[in-house]
Amino acid sequence: METLERIVADHSFARGLNARHLELLAGCASNVRFAANQVAFREGEEANEFYLIREGKMAVELHAPERGSINILTVGEGEVLGWSWLIPPYRWSFDARAIEPTRAVALNGKCLREKSERDSELGYQLHKRIAQIMEERLQATRLQLLNLYEIHA
Amino acid sequence: MLEAPRVPASPHPMVPQPWCVRRSWWETEDTFSFSMEPHHGSPTFQFSPGQFNMLYVFGVGEIPISISGDQAKGETLVHTVRAVGATTRAIGSLQPGAQLGVRGPFGSSWPVRQAMGKDLVIVAGGIGLAPLRPVVYEVLASRPKFGRVCLLYGTRTPDDILYTKELQKWSKGADLQTLVTVDRAGQDWTGNVGVVTTLIAKAEFDPDHASAMVCGPEVMMRFTIRELEKLGMRSDNIHISMERNMKCAVGFCGHCQFGPTFICKDGPIFRYDRIRHLLAIREM
Repeated sequence: METLERIVADHSFARGLNARHLELLAGCASNVRFAANQVAFREGEEANEFYLIREGKMAVELHAPERGSINILTVGEGEVLGWSWLIPPYRWSFDARAIEPTRAVALNGKCLREKSERDSELGYQLHKRIAQIMEERLQATRLQLLNLYEIHA
Repeated sequence: MLEAPRVPASPHPMVPQPWCVRRSWWETEDTFSFSMEPHHGSPTFQFSPGQFNMLYVFGVGEIPISISGDQAKGETLVHTVRAVGATTRAIGSLQPGAQLGVRGPFGSSWPVRQAMGKDLVIVAGGIGLAPLRPVVYEVLASRPKFGRVCLLYGTRTPDDILYTKELQKWSKGADLQTLVTVDRAGQDWTGNVGVVTTLIAKAEFDPDHASAMVCGPEVMMRFTIRELEKLGMRSDNIHISMERNMKCAVGFCGHCQFGPTFICKDGPIFRYDRIRHLLAIREM
């Protein structure tokens, strides 16, 4: 049987973590499933978890009056959903909804924050990984904003 | 090395040959494809993936358009055009049987044969899929000669996706890993949302043993190359299609001069390591 520690270790987010840190991570982890269309979290709610996607696809959405939910980004297998658990005031900035049946590992952010306060090396490893994801998403968002496929006179 | 350009079929490269529109169809709200056949007595020609023709709407204007059809489909030529100006709109309004002047085929081509025996990553943005579609046809026609092949395609919205039926067919088969993403979408879209570079991490290929062919807006190509190089792909294994204002198509007029090269006759397909220094010069 696959242990939670093994599942966490197999995810790209955990690549390069040592055994002690993997154990600490797994201690804050649980398996979760989302049915298609199920909402994982909503903007403004407390952000106490983040997700390592194992299978399926989640949409990060923003609700705008008269436009409904706008799909900003999709996150799939091998990717990470959510970093608001790491940054005060620990509230989600967007909605997240499964657009197909999705399996993930939920990591309890509160638990990880407490462990990181005691183990600064773990905190550094987590921040390093989240910073990398933030950089990739920022670059992607900048490209999206350029509206590259429009014809520019 | 790029595959050698084929010699234009016209007796003189500056003299358009009459071809007739066979049929045309809209791919999206602003982009259409159309097929042509040679007017009685006009010579037909072979082309290589990535090459383009100069299409002349009599009395309106002449523009360079990449060939988007299948070389194996006999004597018809297919082009895909985004209707954004006077000439492209005029082409879009041509009825079956209407005549069009054709000069070509011109330019260098995608190095499909050199990619054999390796993995192949095809990355297209927007209408950049059109000049890459003949590559897909050639690859699928000789599929066992290639390793893993992935087609990564990004566009604005789900409504802007070109060749929808073919993409669906390719994504269901095992021959081609086909990944599509859009920059923005509503709740009814169940595919990927994000720029095309986000698909690179999902593509299955060995960067040490792969070729890449990239076509799209220049900024998109730059960021795509950055991601490919991050994975360890060598710049001499990456080819891109450049676009500049082409007029004569044979290197006489200089409109498409790009440093010491002319996009029309030395390109439009270039090996990335040979022009990367030119891409860094902002004045060009």
